[in-house]
Amino acid sequence: MAYIVQRPELTFKEKAYLPSILNGLKITFGHFKKIIKGETKVTMQYPEEKWDAELPEHYRGAPTLVKDEHDRERCVACQLCEFICPPRAITIKPMEIPADDKFAKVEKRPAEFDIDMIRCIYCGMCEEVCPEQAIYLRKDYAITGITRGEMVHNKAKLYELGGVFKGLVHKWNPEK
Amino acid sequence: MTTLAFFDSIPWEMILWAAGKAIFVIFLVVLPLVSYTVYAERRVSAAIQDRVGPNRTGFPTTLLGFKKDLQLFLGGLGQPIADAMKFILKEDFTPGGVKKFYFWLAPCLAMLPLVSLAFIPFGSSLFGEKMVIANVNVGVLGIFAVTGCSVYAIVLAGWASNSKYPFLGGIRSTSQMISYELSMGLSIIPVLMLFGSMNLSDLVQYQADNGWLLLPLWGKGISWERWFMLIPLTISFIIFMISVFAETNRLPFDMPESESELVSGYHTEYSSMKFALFFLGEYAAMIVGSALMVVFFFGGWHIPGIPDGNGVGGLSFLHALPDWVWGIANITAFFAKVALILVFFIWVRWTLPRFRFDQLMKLGWLYLFEIALANIFLAAAVLAFTSK
Repeated sequence: MAYIVQRPELTFKEKAYLPSILNGLKITFGHFKKIIKGETKVTMQYPEEKWDAELPEHYRGAPTLVKDEHDRERCVACQLCEFICPPRAITIKPMEIPADDKFAKVEKRPAEFDIDMIRCIYCGMCEEVCPEQAIYLRKDYAITGITRGEMVHNKAKLYELGGVFKGLVHKWNPEK
Repeated sequence: MTTLAFFDSIPWEMILWAAGKAIFVIFLVVLPLVSYTVYAERRVSAAIQDRVGPNRTGFPTTLLGFKKDLQLFLGGLGQPIADAMKFILKEDFTPGGVKKFYFWLAPCLAMLPLVSLAFIPFGSSLFGEKMVIANVNVGVLGIFAVTGCSVYAIVLAGWASNSKYPFLGGIRSTSQMISYELSMGLSIIPVLMLFGSMNLSDLVQYQADNGWLLLPLWGKGISWERWFMLIPLTISFIIFMISVFAETNRLPFDMPESESELVSGYHTEYSSMKFALFFLGEYAAMIVGSALMVVFFFGGWHIPGIPDGNGVGGLSFLHALPDWVWGIANITAFFAKVALILVFFIWVRWTLPRFRFDQLMKLGWLYLFEIALANIFLAAAVLAFTSK
């Protein structure tokens, strides 16, 4: 289909070009003035201003391990998260719980549980797959370190970040 | 002549003054002004586009053991220094297949605009010494000669890079320079006709006595002849300003660089300090252009009511302070005016889109050139009919 481009007759003022330049200068100066006066909404100034309070319930931050209300490690070292993890960030070394332990009935727990936060893509599949609801994505997003070793979260660090988890189980949260 | 007589014949005092002034202007004023123009460019463009711009980099006092970097009132004032460090520390890469000699020569030539600063009177006088590096009677010609050479940097860079985008940039630059140099030179002729000399310090002195060229409000400026002369002078000013924009490759005439078409034009193949020299040269040319506008049309170092460095003119009660205070005030006034025009340059850059190449040529050859030429005759007619 032929498309006819409309070429309107320009008035002398438009042809002279200078008035339109002045108009343009006026517009840009308006923007300049507004931002000087602080009327323009600009980007959040990150380290000073944070959005932590407004993070939604289903926010996917760093994966963490949690204990239940009886101080039991929920993780039973089934290694499903290790297998599903798309970037293979999780490494688990299972162990048998000794017979004299309070939770000997659970039989297994992780001896070591490492999540390489350089690899982690915060997809939340580990949380979705976990049959024991032991791994959760919490709201920590600023994971930093100055060595590669520092960026690997070991079991102690994961429990420190995760803490005790009660209440609504995220797995059944439709928004997640 | 014996050696001793030879040494005696050298005007040591003059050489020292000239060197001192050159060092002051170039290293203490213009180069910092260049880097802070870049900063201003980034902040102003950010403000115009509803952004914040670089507001974080402070002066690195943490290196001295302080807890925080020093942030002055605006924030980000350490940015130019950080940029300079980056340029110095980056790898200076020369691509294979370039014509090496010219590839190295081009960035050196890019700093040529700094030479034309020698002719520009940046202050009245200080301790009886005129504040201009070279007080020559052909100042205007000298400046045009030097700025005319500055195109070589771009052309050589474009040609020596042995790459298509820089080559296109170089070609565009050549044609652009040829077309706009003409109207730039012609547009300034009415000013010289009114004044009758090419000495820039005298031109500024005349404006201080008889009113700025575009603001004749005192001295001989208050006469209907002089006000009638404002018509050709305003046309001159507009053409001169547009030509300066084109000469310094600023938007809306940044054909040689034209980022969206030619990667980054003539300096595509350059890196590190060689690129930085082009960058500096571009902004130095901008400063020279603004300084010229100030000298020709806005009274140079003069501000109404402020005496000059010899204690002449100005409001009488201001003479209570020593003359050198006003000498320094004049220098400050000059660079303040230059800074204002630089902000205008930036403002225009972030308002207008780039001309198409044929539009640029048409504007240069069909309009500005003719108007400038006709303007000379208009000015001549005004002068002829109004002089007694």
